[in-house]
Amino acid sequence: MKNPDMSDTVVEARGLTKRYGDVTAVDRVSFSIAPGEIFGLLGPNGAGKTTTILMLLGLTEVSDGQARVLGHDPAREPLAVKRRVGYLPDAVGFYDYLTAADNLHYTGRLMGLSSAERKRRIADALDRVGLSDAAEKKVRAFSHGMKQRLGLAEIIMKEARIAILDEPTNGLDPQASIDLLALIRSLKAAGVSILLSSHLLDRVQSVCDRVALFNAGKIALMGTVAELGRQVLGGGYAVEVEADAGDGIALRLGAIPGVRSVSETAPGRLRMLCDRDVRPEAAAAVVAASGRLKNLALDEPSLETIYTRYFQSAEEEARNAA
Amino acid sequence: MRREGSALQGLGVVVLKELTDHLTSARMRVLEWLVVLTALAAVYGAITQIREVTAEDPFLFLRLFTTARDPLPSFVSFLGFLAPLMAIGLGFDAINGEHNRRTLSRILSQPIYRDALLFGKFLAGLGVLAISFIALWLLVIGLGLIMLGVPPGGEEMARALLFLLVTIAYAGVWLALAMLFSVIFRSAATAALVTLGLWLFLSVIWPSLASALVQAFVSPDNPVLQITAAQDLARLSPSTLFGETVLAILHPTTRTLGPVYLDQLQGALMGSPLSLGESVMVAWPQIVGMIAANILLFVAGYIVFQRQEVRA
Repeated sequence: MKNPDMSDTVVEARGLTKRYGDVTAVDRVSFSIAPGEIFGLLGPNGAGKTTTILMLLGLTEVSDGQARVLGHDPAREPLAVKRRVGYLPDAVGFYDYLTAADNLHYTGRLMGLSSAERKRRIADALDRVGLSDAAEKKVRAFSHGMKQRLGLAEIIMKEARIAILDEPTNGLDPQASIDLLALIRSLKAAGVSILLSSHLLDRVQSVCDRVALFNAGKIALMGTVAELGRQVLGGGYAVEVEADAGDGIALRLGAIPGVRSVSETAPGRLRMLCDRDVRPEAAAAVVAASGRLKNLALDEPSLETIYTRYFQSAEEEARNAA
Repeated sequence: MRREGSALQGLGVVVLKELTDHLTSARMRVLEWLVVLTALAAVYGAITQIREVTAEDPFLFLRLFTTARDPLPSFVSFLGFLAPLMAIGLGFDAINGEHNRRTLSRILSQPIYRDALLFGKFLAGLGVLAISFIALWLLVIGLGLIMLGVPPGGEEMARALLFLLVTIAYAGVWLALAMLFSVIFRSAATAALVTLGLWLFLSVIWPSLASALVQAFVSPDNPVLQITAAQDLARLSPSTLFGETVLAILHPTTRTLGPVYLDQLQGALMGSPLSLGESVMVAWPQIVGMIAANILLFVAGYIVFQRQEVRA
C-alpha cells in the first residue's frame, strides 16, 4: 500500500463529483469499501451509479473530489488500478463471432498473461462459472445469463482483488439471478472485495454486507440493511400475523405491551410494529381469542420498504418545508 | 498530468486481433474478390491493348497500370476508385462497432489505454490494405511478365513500387476518415453513409465544383490565377492528390502538375522522360499532402475518442 492510512479500505471515494455541463450526475459522494466486503450501490436508473463506477475505474474524468482504489488514484494511474480490478459492465458484450475461450484469450493477452498461464486460468475460470462445456462455442449462441457468467469468468481469470459489477442481475430470469448471486458470494469467499450496483433492491439485499442508497447523484443512506431499517423505519420489529380470529383480534394484539401499531394489510392478515419481538404474546392472543393461527413471522426489514419509506418521508419533508 | 505506463501497452495484441478479424471476415472476402476481379479485368484489357499498339515505349511495363481499353478503365483508375471503398469498408465500424457490441467498456477496463485500441485498429486496417495491395500488385506484375514477355527494367520496378506505396497511403487517408466517423457516430450505418457520401463528393463532384467555384469568383481577366486557384481547390480532395501523384510517377514524361509557362519549356526536350528522383520531386507536395491527411484525420479521431464517454 502506498498510503498507510488506507490499508483497511480497498476503495475510498471522497467527495466524488461528476458534472456534465450544468448537470451534476454524481454529487459529492463519499464511501469506502473494506477488504472482502460486498458493497452495494443501489438506486433507480440514472441515479449516478454507473458514473461513479466509471470514475473509480479511471474510464471517465473526475470533476471534483478524490478516488483511491487499492491506494492508487484511478485518474493518474489507471493501468495500476485496471490491472487489479475486474469490471463487469451493465449488459456486458463479447465478440459474438469468437468462442467463449477465445474471447477470454483476447482479454488475457491484454492483461499480459503468458499463453500457458492463460490456458490454465481460462479453464479454471470457465469451470468455476459452469461454462466449461461451452468453452468452444461461439458467444453468438449464448443467453444473457451465460454472457454475465462469462463476464464473471473474465474477472476470475484476472485474479482481480476487487470486482466491480454493474447491474449484474439486470434482465436475468430468477434462476439465473440466483446462480449469479451464488457466484458473487463465492467470489467473496475467495477474498475478493465486491462493489455491485443494482436497481433491483430485493435481489441484491441478500448478498450485500453494506449498501449505499443513491438518489439523484447523492448517497441518501448508507450502512448495513439492519442499520438502515432502524434508521428509516424507526427501529423496532415488524411482526406479520395471519389468523382467522374475527374482528376483535386487532384490538387484542394492540393491547400487547410494546406494540405501537397494528394494521390490517389484507383480510385476516395483520402487521404489527413493535419495540421488541412479540411473537409469543401475539400467538397467545390469537389462541385466547379462539382463533386459528396460520402464520406468524418476524419481518426482516426489506430494502424495498426502507427505500420507499425513506423517499416518501423525504418528499413529505420537502413538501412541508415548501 | 503525467500518465503512468506506456500508451502503447497492448498495441500488439490489438493489432493481431484486428488483423485476424479482418482477414477472416466475410466482408473482407467480398471486398477482396471485388478488387481482384475488376483489377484483373483492367489489366487484361491493358495487355491486349498494349499488344496491338506495340510502340517504342521505354516504359512499356508501366503501361500495364495506366492503359485503358474501352469499355474498361485502367488499373490505376480502378484502384483509385476501389481502394477508398475497401478502406471505408474496413474502418466504418471500428469504434462504434465495439460500442454497439457492448465490448468497449470491458476492453477498456483491461490494463491498456484508449490509444492502444484506436491506433491498433488503424494499424491493423492499414496492414490489411497493404497485404491486399501487395498481393494485387504482384499478381499484376506476374500477369504482365507472362503475357507481355518483356522483363521490366530497374527504374520501372522502382516506379511501380512507389506507386504501390502511394496507393497504400491514399487508402490510409480514407481509413482514417472512416475511423474518425466511426468514433463520432454511434450508428455504424450512419458512419458508413457519411463516409461514402464524403468520398463520392470529394472524388466525383469536388473536382468539377472547384473549377465552377473559381469561375464564379475569380475574374476571367486573369486566366493564370483561374487555373491555379481551381487546381489548389481541387487538391483539397485526396483523390486529386492521388491522381496527380500517379500521373507523375507512372508517366515519366510528366514535367509539372500545374500550368506550364513558356520559359519553363526553354531547353526542355519535349517528350523525354524525367529521372525517378525528378518525378518524385514533381509529385512531392502531393505525397506529403496525403501522408499529412492520414496523420491529421487520425489525430482528429484520437482527440474525439479520448474525450468520449465509454458508457453505452
